[in-house]
Amino acid sequence: MSKPKVAFYWCASCGGCEEAVVDLAEDILKVVGAVDIVFWPVALDFKREDVEAMADNSLAVAFINGAIRSSEQHEMVELLRRKAGLVVAFGSCAHLGGIPGLANTFRRADLIDEAYHKSLSVTDGNGTEPLEKTEVPEGTLTLPKLWDTVKTLDQVIKVDYYLPGCPPPVNLINGAIGSILKNELPPPGSVLAPDMALCEECERRATKPDKMAQREFLRPHQIKADPEKCLLAQGLLCLGPVTRKGCGAACVKGNMPCTGCMGPTSHVVDFGTKALTAMASLVDSNDDREIAAILDQIADPVGTFYRYSLPASLLHRSYQPEHAKGEK
Amino acid sequence: MSDKDTNQKPFEPRIVAFFCNWCTYTAADLAGTARMTYAPNVRVIRVMCSGRLDPQFILTALRQGADGVLIGGCHPGDCHYQEGNYKALRRFTLLKRLLREMGIEDERVQLEWIAASEGDKVQKVINRITEDVRRLGPLHLEPEALDRATEALLPDQTPAVAEGGAL
Amino acid sequence: MARKITIDPITRLEGHGKIDIFLNDQGNVDRAYFQVPESRGFERFAIGRPAEDMPQITSRICGVCPTAHHMAATRALDDLYKVDPPPAAKKVRELMYNIFFMEDHALHFFFLAGPDFVVGPQAPKAERNILGVLGKVGNEIGLKVIGMRKQWRELMNLVMGKAIHPVFGLPGGISRSITKEDLPRFIKTADESVEFGQFALKLFNDIVLKNPDYMHHITSDTYTHKTYYMGLVDKNNRINFYDGDLRVVGPDGKEYVKFGGRQYLDHMDEHVEPWSYIKFPYLKNIGWKGFEDGADSGIFAVAPLARLNAAESMGTPLAQENYEQYFKICGGKPVHFTLATSWARLIEMLYSAERMKELVADPDIINPDFRTIPTNTPSEGIGVVEAPRGTLIHHYRTDDNGIITKANLIVATQNNAARIAMSVDKAARGLISGGKVDDGILNMVEMAFRAYDPCHGCGTHALPGEMPLVVDIYDRDHNLVRQLRQD
Repeated sequence: MSKPKVAFYWCASCGGCEEAVVDLAEDILKVVGAVDIVFWPVALDFKREDVEAMADNSLAVAFINGAIRSSEQHEMVELLRRKAGLVVAFGSCAHLGGIPGLANTFRRADLIDEAYHKSLSVTDGNGTEPLEKTEVPEGTLTLPKLWDTVKTLDQVIKVDYYLPGCPPPVNLINGAIGSILKNELPPPGSVLAPDMALCEECERRATKPDKMAQREFLRPHQIKADPEKCLLAQGLLCLGPVTRKGCGAACVKGNMPCTGCMGPTSHVVDFGTKALTAMASLVDSNDDREIAAILDQIADPVGTFYRYSLPASLLHRSYQPEHAKGEK
Repeated sequence: MSDKDTNQKPFEPRIVAFFCNWCTYTAADLAGTARMTYAPNVRVIRVMCSGRLDPQFILTALRQGADGVLIGGCHPGDCHYQEGNYKALRRFTLLKRLLREMGIEDERVQLEWIAASEGDKVQKVINRITEDVRRLGPLHLEPEALDRATEALLPDQTPAVAEGGAL
Repeated sequence: MARKITIDPITRLEGHGKIDIFLNDQGNVDRAYFQVPESRGFERFAIGRPAEDMPQITSRICGVCPTAHHMAATRALDDLYKVDPPPAAKKVRELMYNIFFMEDHALHFFFLAGPDFVVGPQAPKAERNILGVLGKVGNEIGLKVIGMRKQWRELMNLVMGKAIHPVFGLPGGISRSITKEDLPRFIKTADESVEFGQFALKLFNDIVLKNPDYMHHITSDTYTHKTYYMGLVDKNNRINFYDGDLRVVGPDGKEYVKFGGRQYLDHMDEHVEPWSYIKFPYLKNIGWKGFEDGADSGIFAVAPLARLNAAESMGTPLAQENYEQYFKICGGKPVHFTLATSWARLIEMLYSAERMKELVADPDIINPDFRTIPTNTPSEGIGVVEAPRGTLIHHYRTDDNGIITKANLIVATQNNAARIAMSVDKAARGLISGGKVDDGILNMVEMAFRAYDPCHGCGTHALPGEMPLVVDIYDRDHNLVRQLRQD
């Protein structure tokens, strides 16, 4: 019997998900022994035409990382969806939109403007910006159009499973590949990680007070955090209580607060407002002005609570009435 | 939501109101028995306490077609559960900052303390938010590509903090 | 009949890329364009975020070199808050940075560019990959590479929180350091790294330098460009990846200018072309003269080839020996052969190993004083490091509360973008003639930019993500006659 065929593909992402696969180290040889990787641009030379030539459903699984923000990416993931029995959204960007999703509080024109017109190091003043179509002496060059809104993978194609994390932890990748090979998968739509909060696996759990009463929120550069004690109890915005476990609390081991890359547990729809609820509930005051003053110490609510999940939020992107009926 | 786009009639805001069982809902009841008239744009959802109001509910209402959301709870110090409305206040304070940054105008989402006896305040507040939202116009959120989020929302809403993460 | 060829996506590089090749009536190349089809908007969405989040947010520009962005951002935060980290913090940062460099350089050589040399540029595409490399050099060497890389990654996880997207950088120091108990592992890995660095160079020597065919490619005009070169050097003009001044040498190898990172805007500017999302940096005081070689054109190169040219020595003994041999064999300084970059990269890997050994022997490395809490009001900060793929600049302005009001990023691959575009054009001209094009030839066109280890995740930080490569071949009437893609 031939080995199951597997594809890896990337959209709007950083390449960290690829690195995470390489970080399987010697286990990658086991994977290669068990499956045929037929498409993986970062490491293998197969091209799109090779995928197009495959029969529909002939891939056992396609692991797709990255958010979706161009028609080119949309076409590629639709192609892979046709060819693959299972699609796994791999990593925070495919799962929830990821850090590139922070662009969803702006419009495409703002991004272009900042990068090509307002940049401190673009001073030659010819006002050029990238265009979908450019006539050059030898012919026509085209660029894919970027969407106004960054999307999660399951906002454009059907997704069977999710591997969370930025990037997904190696043990979860191994576990996911194992359960696919053994055909021991949970119900479709599942996130392939434990369904409990990060605090559950945090080494500092014992130091977390039963009831917290926060008078002050601190930013990481403002204190020398005690390396043994619960970071939330020290006033840092650690999102452990609302984030899914599975990473071994890696950032907390690095003595920095959890920023929520694993996303929520299955009980939560909108990670950002849930995280916001958890943090606001800690405030130890009943006076409206004092409450506001304490919460004002949280410098950037959207960037803090939706760091990895703005496109997956209930609002998807910021709202601008004048653009509301406009382009995607 | 298609009626928003195609309807030629003047815009009539749709407002979802989450009223606490003990104060604001009772006040709304009182306004009814007293035959006070107020704008018919509000759909009231009774919750046991404003402290039960998960901010996800507010966004869900907006996502599902509401143009505005009104939250009514007991006055500070009067909570049937001692502290629930303070919890609501803390969350609402931070949520407002987040919504502002997300471009949702302040007037679309409002919190009011309304005691059981304040039927007239229910009338006044509902009329006011209806006019506020009417002035702002309909809310056109980025459409849902696949209906994942909204589908997942309705059944099985579980308590505020995920298991293992009790605060 | 004239044609246009597209290579899409370019493979074995980090990110997406596209090459359009226009052929004339004779089937020769009119011009080849190297395009980057994506952009993610980091400069814009950094605005409004707390500055101290930048090391973690900007690391998502690139998951292959997250440590480089993390470190450039952290150094920009030191400058932003005008806070001087304790010696232990600086040394641990430099140590971790060199471990990251080895890991990244090894990845590039063995996984990305190596297949072209080890398996052969014209080998069937199913074999031109790491698996083919293992097939050729044997599993034992393969496991050695994997094992070494694993050790580096474990040390990175230990100190930086996560190897991919580290968390430890803060203005004034680091959040976590190395303990006395950790130290023996570092010492052991440092020793093994030096051996590994020598082993990789020997492998390169045996497979590439002793093969006249490869040497012919490396030194051929097709893969040669005479540009300026930029790299970070210490006060003795020795190579340094973490700290120093930027030194630029001309195509003649002589120093053109040397400046501190804070002065970058006096010396560097970016050119925009409508057909690519990547911006093209150039030397401001020479000016943008189009995609031209030579001393009159402001185009410069960065990354290993450029760094070795821009420095006067390596600063560690074994790397220095190899550095001297490299210039001897390549015919003196500066080296203009793009494909020699792979050799330079391995010499840098050995340097990092030796530097690691020096740093783990420094008593400061386990000094528990590794944080200074910043007390000044922030306003503006610039951080410069050498990323594996070249000079990397992060520049932030903030309000008094440390919230970003302006961010400017000049990223390694971007600095090489103009030279990469020229390299691709020239390689296409040199390799395609009479309309004869096949997969092997196109792969050799790709080698022209793969040598730079271009990271278009980085290059396109300005707006979304990754970059497969497409080569489209067009005839004179602009009809697409052939398309080759690597997605």
